Amino acid sequence: MSDTSMRPRPESPVETQHGDQELERLLEPSRQPAAVRAFNTVVRSREMSILLVLVLVVAAATFKNPNFLFSNNGWRDLLLTPSILLLLAAGQAVVIITRNVDLSVGSVLAITAYLTGRLFIDVPGIPILAVVAAGITVGGVLGLVNGLLVSLGRVPALVITLGTMYVYRGIVLTWAGSDRVNAGDMPREFLRLGTRSVLSIPVLFIVAVVVVVAVGYYLHAHRGGREMYAIGSDPNAAVLYGLPVRRRVLSAFVLSGALAGLAGVVHAARYGTVSSGAGASIELEAVAAVVIGGVAIFGGSGTVWGAAIGAMLLVTIDRALPILGIPDFWQRAVVGVLIISAIVLDRVLSVRRTRKLIEARDQS
Amino acid sequence: MTLTATPRTYAEYSQPLWRRLAATRETAVIGLLVAVVLYATVNVPNFDGPLTLTYLLLDVTPILLIALPMTMVIVTGEIDLSVASVVGLSSVLVGVLHEGGFSIPAAAAVALVAGAACGALNGFLVAYVGLPSLAVTIGTLALYRGLAVGLLGTKAVTDFPDRWTDLATAKIGETGIPLVMVLVVVLAVAFAVLLHFTSFGRGVYDIGLNSEAARFTGVDVARTKLLLFMLAGLVSALAGVYYVLRFGSARGDNATGLELQVIAAVLLGGVSIFGGRGRLHGVLAGVLLIGVVASALRLEGITVNVINIIIGLLLVASVMSPSVLAWVSGKTARRNTRARGPHDASTDAALTEGKNP
Repeated sequence: MSDTSMRPRPESPVETQHGDQELERLLEPSRQPAAVRAFNTVVRSREMSILLVLVLVVAAATFKNPNFLFSNNGWRDLLLTPSILLLLAAGQAVVIITRNVDLSVGSVLAITAYLTGRLFIDVPGIPILAVVAAGITVGGVLGLVNGLLVSLGRVPALVITLGTMYVYRGIVLTWAGSDRVNAGDMPREFLRLGTRSVLSIPVLFIVAVVVVVAVGYYLHAHRGGREMYAIGSDPNAAVLYGLPVRRRVLSAFVLSGALAGLAGVVHAARYGTVSSGAGASIELEAVAAVVIGGVAIFGGSGTVWGAAIGAMLLVTIDRALPILGIPDFWQRAVVGVLIISAIVLDRVLSVRRTRKLIEARDQS
Repeated sequence: MTLTATPRTYAEYSQPLWRRLAATRETAVIGLLVAVVLYATVNVPNFDGPLTLTYLLLDVTPILLIALPMTMVIVTGEIDLSVASVVGLSSVLVGVLHEGGFSIPAAAAVALVAGAACGALNGFLVAYVGLPSLAVTIGTLALYRGLAVGLLGTKAVTDFPDRWTDLATAKIGETGIPLVMVLVVVLAVAFAVLLHFTSFGRGVYDIGLNSEAARFTGVDVARTKLLLFMLAGLVSALAGVYYVLRFGSARGDNATGLELQVIAAVLLGGVSIFGGRGRLHGVLAGVLLIGVVASALRLEGITVNVINIIIGLLLVASVMSPSVLAWVSGKTARRNTRARGPHDASTDAALTEGKNP
């Protein structure tokens, strides 16, 4: 810019150097040393702030009652309770990043949870892995139906998955009726999965973390994952650029369905009883976890790690409130405040970043 | 390109009025409603009985009420998922205040003010802070429900004067039509006038079609959205007051899940989720269609599960049908008018793919 060269710079030398570093970080991050860049990426990330809140909540609850973290049960529940929501949030994050939404996950979870119980009752001696595979497959097929309707019908996902949410829930209600699968109907080893730990980390949590890492890595590094961000960020541009929009959206829904299917199996293992009402209204919790974790509701930005931490936070707050002396009736109100502050924070941060980038551009 | 090459032609005006009216989504929904009512009257035992209509209307009243402002909110391209939580909150407020010695009208007035305030918070965050309404109202869905449950815990207030609970289920003379329908009709007319016959209502459509253009034509976009969210809160609170009196019970979990039923009915009635399209008579027919189908199936002894499936299928079919029709007519149009040059509808359609809720 011409007028900047005419204007004397008011800053002192030290400040200028600091300003230059700041400029470089904003404009040409690739010129910074790799270690500095990695440090900046991690520390300044949106995920870090939500992780900080999670740590604070856990610390406050532990301060009040050391058993929250330092007893065997406390530690196990801290990791075990969020496992189901972690799986759902990972799938939901992928769908939301492509600028869609999947409201049917709760109903899919109910179908596969009941299917798990039914398989153990109707096919005595069926291997556990076969049941897990069946759950994932059925979930994937239900997700495929969503994906086909959304991508072929060119109809907003909110409406389609609202419809299939009713349909899938109706299917499981008709199938199960008032029947309920009890712990006695399922094999011991399967139920032990729900409580077993390896190196004091619950097995189900390990499953959830493996899924989150795999999905997160795919989105971060794989071509398909990057294309999903591109689609969510501007669908029209993605079409013009020649990206396989339809195929990517379809696979996002299949993934979300398959993970909801897996979550259904996990639900059966964790709770031991399954009724047709399983997972009711958990779809909004999954969306909430994703939003709290910093994924923009209109797609194109955010990470699966963020969504996972959001899910942990949501569930942990639920368990921490009674310990902190707040009756758990108020839990949902706190969650609501949390969601709203998360999106307000995102808004403030993005406005500030835009302003800084513009200033930096004008200065250089 | 010269601007004066050909006078503009409006494709939709090339057909006679009756054909244009007959080919709308609203007509299709109303036709379906009439067909279902006729079919049920003939084939479903007791459907023409005196109590059926009464209970049908009593049951759909909350959805009918909330669908009115929800239509306007969706026409602007926004959405309000928190309405059912406002219903819950206002019903709890009526219960708590009544227990605390308030008369029913006074408690209801406080609940209405609280409902409008809830809507104002939604509207402020959406219109003035500029946050996406889907995310905001998922948050306030949890917040308002949390306040309702927090205020009352797992208790329920069931001690209401008979005078008022009787009023909620009273009928007009011998007709079997509930008295509360008078309120519904008055509000429906008021909302129809507001949406279809005032400049405010035209502004609502402008915002849904192109909010930037609406701003330049002098529509106060932010204020309009704020008002619509406040109306949604106010009417939801009214539905909450009705809910308490109809069932004689104020509980924190009243009307859970109602928001999705309302949205399903509104979309079934032909309102576009992208905004800018939809009419109130279609929405009213959509709400009644769901109510009639549910009531007829219940009389046939079919459980609520199948009703869920049918509502879901209706919703999917109703949003898929325009795409399917456009695809079919696009094919025929291309076959018929190859001489008229390339048809750009298909590229438009390709570009809107993946557009978000």
